[in-house]
Amino acid sequence: MLRANFEKELKQLHTEIIEMGNYVQTAIKDSMAAFKAHDLELCQAIIANDKNVDEKEKKIEANCLWLIAREQPIASDLRKITTALKIASDMERIADHAADIAELTMRIEAKNTFADSSHIYQMADEAIAMVKDAVTAYVNYDMLLAKATAKKDDKVDDYFNLIKQELVQVFNNQPQNLDQAIDFLLIAKYLERIADHAVNICDWVRFSQTGKHKNTRIF
Amino acid sequence: MVQNASKISVSGLNFYYQKKQAIFDLNLKIHANSILSVFGPANSGITTLLRSFNRLCDLTPGAHMEGQILLDGKNIYAPDIIVTELRRKVGMVFDVPTPLPMSIFDNIAYGPRLSGMKSKKLLFQSVEEALKMAALWEDVKDRLSMPAASLSGGQQQRLCIARVLALKPEVILLDRPCSGLDPISTAKIEESLSHLKEKFTIVIAPHNVQQAGRISDRAAFMLMGHLIEEGPARAVFANPQDQRTNDYITGRFG
Repeated sequence: MLRANFEKELKQLHTEIIEMGNYVQTAIKDSMAAFKAHDLELCQAIIANDKNVDEKEKKIEANCLWLIAREQPIASDLRKITTALKIASDMERIADHAADIAELTMRIEAKNTFADSSHIYQMADEAIAMVKDAVTAYVNYDMLLAKATAKKDDKVDDYFNLIKQELVQVFNNQPQNLDQAIDFLLIAKYLERIADHAVNICDWVRFSQTGKHKNTRIF
Repeated sequence: MVQNASKISVSGLNFYYQKKQAIFDLNLKIHANSILSVFGPANSGITTLLRSFNRLCDLTPGAHMEGQILLDGKNIYAPDIIVTELRRKVGMVFDVPTPLPMSIFDNIAYGPRLSGMKSKKLLFQSVEEALKMAALWEDVKDRLSMPAASLSGGQQQRLCIARVLALKPEVILLDRPCSGLDPISTAKIEESLSHLKEKFTIVIAPHNVQQAGRISDRAAFMLMGHLIEEGPARAVFANPQDQRTNDYITGRFG
């Protein structure tokens, strides 16, 4: 096949993004498990692993830049490489937020007072499912799945508002737990951001096939 | 052959066409089993450098050189060097395809016959082997007796590569082998080069900067007879150390 080497490297790039996607899903799951169990060792592992994700991102960026310089990609090739670049940075942010949750968990000595309330885990499950589906949409360049997954963001936002309302009650009734309530709200906010990054990934998957980003033609 | 050993070593090379100096104090080591791209604007001394590696420059009246060029540690300008043997070891492909006015088969068999090969079986074997290595076998296997001139430009150029390969060389010099070729033929030649480097040492004057980035392990930038910088291709093209290299590869001059 012509340009066999280029084809091979494009496939390799695709595989690396998928690996990174699997990795960040585990990071979010672990961070919520560590929060629930107040597992400080797991927290440290998540924070340490975040450096690996940063390195993966840098490696993907370097590969993309060299492919662009060397191959002068156009049309679908350029869209694929651009998509990989953008998705890698969304995934890196997702892993950052997992590390943020681990850091918040480590900040206090005992388990968070609210760590057993169920809505945050339901919210986390929704966010993780979105990341998983976004990665799957990328694996197969599946436009329909990308579109459907992006729509699920509303559900995560609803959970965020629900949790916020619940915490307003805490602010009124349990002023002694205010500090922990704020941490809890931050965790909800990180999950909400993770879901936003999943939406971004979906938007770029759709771009890779259409050249349109959120209905605007950019290539 | 030892990996990454210096196949060719150039030191203190000054080259003159009568009084005009074409290369200035050039030092360069070329690793075995690798592809080196020597690139730069026209009249930078690139062709002269390539031609000095198999002493084709000897043929130009008034051309002379100072300094040393070693092939496997042996001075190729030493008095006991047999020039025809050197040119068999260090083959060259030019920018314009140069098929001989004979059949495809005879073009490739020309060198082996000249060096005394008579057996039809052996000749056929070496023609087939050379054409396969040059990625031309599939195109021409059913019409080996056709005139070479009937081939397309890209095929003719691969024929020229095959003709060099049939001589079982150690080094292959390619002087802008893809200029004037369409992108498909260019891709085919690039593809075959990436396989050939496993057996040979390749020095190429690429026909553009991207080609150099795609195919080479190392890259050397020449300007007005001076070697400006040389290093791993990815480093030279991503982050050149010299401003002049940067200006050239970004299309600011040349």
